Amino acid sequence: MQVKKSWILLAVIAAALVASAAPAWAQAVAPKTTVPIDGEYGRFFSLPTDVSKNGHRIDNLIHWTHAFMAVLFVGWGIFFVYCLMRFRQRPGHQAHYELVHAKPSKYLEVAVLIVEIVLLAGFSVPIWASVKNDLPPADKAFRVRVVAEQFAWNFHYPGPDGQFGRTDPKLVDTATNPLGLDREGDPHAKDDIFALELHIPVNQPVICDISSKDVIHSFFLPVMRVKQDALPGMRIPVWFEAVQTGTYEVACAQLCGNNHYSMRALMYIQPATDLEAWLREKGKPPEEFVE
Amino acid sequence: MTEAHHHHDDHHHHPELGWWRKYVFSTDHKVIGVQYTVTALLFLLFGFTLVMIMRWQLAYPGKPIPLIGGLLGKTLANDGTLLPEGYNALGAMHGTIMVFLGIVPLIVGGFGNYVMPLQIGAPDMAFPKLNMASYWVYFCGGMVMLLSFFAPGGAANSGWTSYAPLSVVATQGQTWWLFGMVLLITSSLLGSINFIVTIIQLRAKGLDFFKLPFFVWSQFVTAFLLLLAFPPLEAAGALQLMDRLAGTSFFMPEGLVVSGIVQPYTGGGSPLLWQHLFWFLAHPEVYVLILPAMGMVAEVIANNTRKPLWGYRLMVYSVIFLGFMSFIVWAHHMFITGMGTRISAFFATTTMIISIPSVIILTALVISLYRSSIRYNVPMLFALAFLPMFAIGGLTGLPLGLPAADIQLHDTYYVIGHFHYVVAPGTIFAAFAGIYHWYPKVTGRTMNPALGKIHFVLSFIFINVVFMPMFFQGMAGVSRRLFDQTFYQHGLDVQGWTQLSSWGAWMLGLSQVPFIMNFFMSLRAGRKVSDNPWEATTLEWAAPSPPPHGNFATVPVVYRGPYEYSVPGQKKDFFPQHLAKAEA
Repeated sequence: MQVKKSWILLAVIAAALVASAAPAWAQAVAPKTTVPIDGEYGRFFSLPTDVSKNGHRIDNLIHWTHAFMAVLFVGWGIFFVYCLMRFRQRPGHQAHYELVHAKPSKYLEVAVLIVEIVLLAGFSVPIWASVKNDLPPADKAFRVRVVAEQFAWNFHYPGPDGQFGRTDPKLVDTATNPLGLDREGDPHAKDDIFALELHIPVNQPVICDISSKDVIHSFFLPVMRVKQDALPGMRIPVWFEAVQTGTYEVACAQLCGNNHYSMRALMYIQPATDLEAWLREKGKPPEEFVE
Repeated sequence: MTEAHHHHDDHHHHPELGWWRKYVFSTDHKVIGVQYTVTALLFLLFGFTLVMIMRWQLAYPGKPIPLIGGLLGKTLANDGTLLPEGYNALGAMHGTIMVFLGIVPLIVGGFGNYVMPLQIGAPDMAFPKLNMASYWVYFCGGMVMLLSFFAPGGAANSGWTSYAPLSVVATQGQTWWLFGMVLLITSSLLGSINFIVTIIQLRAKGLDFFKLPFFVWSQFVTAFLLLLAFPPLEAAGALQLMDRLAGTSFFMPEGLVVSGIVQPYTGGGSPLLWQHLFWFLAHPEVYVLILPAMGMVAEVIANNTRKPLWGYRLMVYSVIFLGFMSFIVWAHHMFITGMGTRISAFFATTTMIISIPSVIILTALVISLYRSSIRYNVPMLFALAFLPMFAIGGLTGLPLGLPAADIQLHDTYYVIGHFHYVVAPGTIFAAFAGIYHWYPKVTGRTMNPALGKIHFVLSFIFINVVFMPMFFQGMAGVSRRLFDQTFYQHGLDVQGWTQLSSWGAWMLGLSQVPFIMNFFMSLRAGRKVSDNPWEATTLEWAAPSPPPHGNFATVPVVYRGPYEYSVPGQKKDFFPQHLAKAEA
């Protein structure tokens, strides 16, 4: 009897400790950005808004996997709690030396294996193949080069000629030419556009070629279900297609140094006409602004 | 009692040793085991303190840390407010300390050293001097890691994974980290050889491999993992040192421009090579963190269910299979580095396969409860809590092991939640079970059960308050290792969960006070108990408490399997391994 009382007391103390801390949690933190971000993020145990064509396939896989996990955990849990209550030590109760032949456990293990095979071969592998490997034809897609550096995302658009100009690390100048574009030597580089924002069209496949100038970063578009490490020395393409316009975030998902936490860019998903206007504006030679 | 046994000790002659040789530079596996345990517990407390500091910055970004903010050095904080580089240093050192200086030394160096030779009826480890060397090399490695906080620029701050190129261009602390790691790896290698030889050579008469307690099996497989997985990281550490100090470019590609300055590295090194070498160690390392924990839980559960373990052989085969498989899953940490469909499918398949033996072991332990007679003492509470906690940790590995689901969840808090559930309420709870279980063997006294229960209930509640919110954060898309997640809209929107998690961490810290009190007070005030207070069957309980140098008064002979509880027709409900006939 005494034991039980002390346990209840303990639970009350624990609850009181949690409750006493409650007002402190409520301290709101002011947003650091002035640009309003679209989408919903804070829903309980939920993925953020999905604005991509392929995202729902990944979301479904995550949801089905969690449903499977929940079934396993609850099933185990019921048996576990039943055993804890039913087989507690008490006068007149003895353990059985003989071990049960637990056929159900074999079925369970086979079932786990089968479900895992289905999740992997039936869903994960095909999704991976289409979102990571099967790039859309280059002439149909909107192409951007994404060059990561400590601590910014550089976006490189090919300009009206549709060709990316040559870049050279030796030409890099943090203030005037962060990409190291060879504007003098390469005619394709003349019309190339550089920006610190990602602007992409809605309802058109986008191919981003991801690379890095210095350390490893990771290009993460939470609302697009896209993540790809940016590795120095490699250029890796990823593709996606937005189905909704709006302003969203580009995050860095790989620790890249002191200001990793602030390596954030904005992604504007726009109708094709708006995007063209923005590119035209951006592509004007800088002299015009000076004069 | 102890003295009397000492005189019967006829197979070894021990001259009186001085204090230094007896308690500091000892070759006795039990003293070394206690040294490992105490050092590792201190490092665990230290590593946990680091994260309690970080959690302030996470919950209340940019606000000065109360109480201890002013004590942090210039490399960590400015006027009591944590700096980003300080946060990264604390993060890297938290991971390193918890894994390499806390948990592995605790459950392998500590429990393995103390309990394993006793459980196999050996007088000591096969190579006692090597054993001593292994502890002191570990100790030096730990000191190097601690001193690295005072290096110019502070301690290593490139994560416990030390991914190149970031780690190669990082401040001097990284060099200290690499030297520390080389020492720690060397210590593990020395230890693993010793464990393997001891288990193969020094088993008592009659103790076949399939009569070994499951804990010994888990240590045996773990020793092979340490032996085979650590050398690649030792090599990789040496290569990274060369990149940092000698201007080589093993991990550094050509044409790097760091902060606007073109780097001199040529020859086309690969940053991915580091990741492959690192994870080739670090995935088996994950099993080094969990297998001995499963072993301890199995011991405590068998003892307190008063019933043989269900599926003992199946569990042994599973643990061996886990060991093998753990060498071919490493690249599932690297799905997002740009892997093609085939390679990712291969590593996802091996990852799904390795989940099966884990499911088998967990299921076997749960079925062991069926038709048993459960004794709810403190070690059993921790061992029972291990089961659902490890289940959560294991199950949440599933979406991460499916490459397509991993695209969204990789490097988010979901991952942090996942592996902490495996290691914190998993392994650390198992270690608590082990401490409460074997404390009477080490000291001859039990720890206070009331304080133990308070410790258990509070720890169980708050450890879930710490880690459960991380799954919500991760689902929302919050990346790990962010100094201030509120820079992002998705981070800002789940900031409440971050704050709850922080409060959980601080409360969890307070919840350890009863344990620390209990641990030290019971040395003097604990209830004196017999040599076998839990009425257990395995050999360590046949030795006196505490066992003298040389362990056993008479060399034990083993007659039966490790878990003969509630044997029909017996008067007592336990039948020790070393007794030829049941006691009347």
